[in-house]
Amino acid sequence: MSSFTPESNTAAGSPLLSVQGLCCERDGRQLFAGLTFCLNPGTAIQVVGANGAGKSTLIRTLIGSVSDFHGDISWRGRAFPRGVRSMRAELLYIGHNAGVRRGLTPLENLAWYGASEREACEALEAVGLFGFEDLLCQQLSAGQNRRVALARLYLPDPAPLWVLDEPLAALDVAGVQSLEARMEAHLSSGGSLLVTSHQPVHIQPLAQVDLADFQPPWGGTLDDARDFPLAASSVDREVRHG
Amino acid sequence: MPGQGGARRAVRFSRLPGFLTLLRTEFILAARRRADIVNPLLFFVTVLAMMPLGIGPEPEMLARMAPGLIWVMALLATLLSQESLFRNDYEDGSLEQLALQSQPLYFPVLAKVLVHWLVTGLPLALLSPLLGMMLNLGAAGYWPLFVSLVLGTASLSLIGGVGAALTVALRRPGLLLALIIMPLYVPVLIFGTGTVQAALDGYSFGPQLAILGAILATAAALAPLASAGAIRISLEN
Repeated sequence: MSSFTPESNTAAGSPLLSVQGLCCERDGRQLFAGLTFCLNPGTAIQVVGANGAGKSTLIRTLIGSVSDFHGDISWRGRAFPRGVRSMRAELLYIGHNAGVRRGLTPLENLAWYGASEREACEALEAVGLFGFEDLLCQQLSAGQNRRVALARLYLPDPAPLWVLDEPLAALDVAGVQSLEARMEAHLSSGGSLLVTSHQPVHIQPLAQVDLADFQPPWGGTLDDARDFPLAASSVDREVRHG
Repeated sequence: MPGQGGARRAVRFSRLPGFLTLLRTEFILAARRRADIVNPLLFFVTVLAMMPLGIGPEPEMLARMAPGLIWVMALLATLLSQESLFRNDYEDGSLEQLALQSQPLYFPVLAKVLVHWLVTGLPLALLSPLLGMMLNLGAAGYWPLFVSLVLGTASLSLIGGVGAALTVALRRPGLLLALIIMPLYVPVLIFGTGTVQAALDGYSFGPQLAILGAILATAAALAPLASAGAIRISLEN
C-alpha cells in the first residue's frame, strides 16, 4: 500500500478505484505485473508507457471490458467483477476508437449519446465545431472527429469518472488547452480522471503511473515466467508524482 | 460530497440511447449507405434473371424449380449483406460504448437486426412475386412465397446476426460466417420452400407457415441474446 503518496490520499475519503497487484497479459506476453495505485475523487492519473506497453489493455481492464487479469481491482470498495456494473453506471469512457459514427453528423452522434439538440449544439460549440454540426463525420478531419468524441465531456451532468484513452491524439494546441481546462474543471467539481497520453497533460493534481516501472522482471513471455515466483505482490514501487 | 452528487444524479449519468433513438440512427445510417441496400437486391434479381439462361427456358422445369431457386437466392442475398451488420460499429468503437451501458445489449442488437431486415429482407420479399412470374411460378404460389419470405428472411436476419457478432473481430470472416450460420438457415429454407410447394400442389400451407412463425418467434427471443453474448466475447480482444 506504499504506492501512493500521502497528499493524494488525503483528497477525500476512500478511493473510487483501487488497483492492487494487477497483472495483465496479452497474446501470451505479460505486459505488466504488480501494478498498484488508487484513484481518489478530485484527482487525475496519467498512465504513461511506450507503445505496446499495455496502456490500452490496462484501461480496458479497468472499465471491465477485459476480464482476463490477476490481482484485485475494486470500485468504491466493491471488488471486480461484481463492482463493474456500479462502476459503469458512473463512467464516461472515450476509447482509442472514439465511438463516433462516421456516417452520422456530429449532432446525430451526440443525440445517440442522449443529448438534446440544444445540449449537443452547446457542446459542439465548446469544442469549436460550431458550423460543422450538420456535416457527416466522414467529411471531417481526424482532429475534428476527436473533438466530436470529446464534446461528450461538455454535455451537462457528466459522469464522475472519466476514462480517456489518448484524448490528445490529433488535437491542435488550442484544442489541447481547452481540453485541459475542461479536465481541471471536472476535477475541481469532485470528478476524477484516468487518462493515457504520450504528451504531457498540464493539469493539477495529476499523478503518473509509468508502466515501465511495472514490467515483469523476465522478458515477458509466459514460458520464461515459470522460472520466477509470481511477482505480483513482491513488486512494490513508488508511483511518481507529476 | 461527490458520492452524494453521484447518487442524486445517477439517472442522468448513463445516457442510454432509447430504442427509438437506436432505430432512428440505424435508419439514417442505412439510408446513407445505399449500396448496402441495393447490392443484395441487385444480386437477387440478376442471379434469378440468369437462371432461365443457364438451365434452359422450358416452362415446366422452371416452374418446378422456382420456389427453391428464389428461396436459396434470398438466403444467399441475406447472407451477403449480413457480414457488415456490426462491423462499422465495432471499428468505430460505438459497439464498445453500447456494451458499457447498463442496459442489456438485447435491444441495440434487435434494433440493428430489425433495420437490416427492413432494408434487405422485406424488399426481397416484395420483389419475389415478380421474380416468381419470371420463373413461371404458378399464381397460387405468389402469396405463400411472399408471406413465407417475410417470415423467413426475418428469421434469417436474426440468426445471421449471431454469426456476424461472432466474427466481428475477424478482419475477413468470409466463408467462416457462412459455415457458422448456414446450418442454422437450413430449417428456414426447408419450411420456406415447403410452404410454396404445398400451395402449388394444392395442399394447405398453413402448417408450414405456422412453423416458420414459430421459428421467427424463437429467433426473436433468443438470437439477440446470443448475439449480445457473442459481441461481448468479441470485444474482449
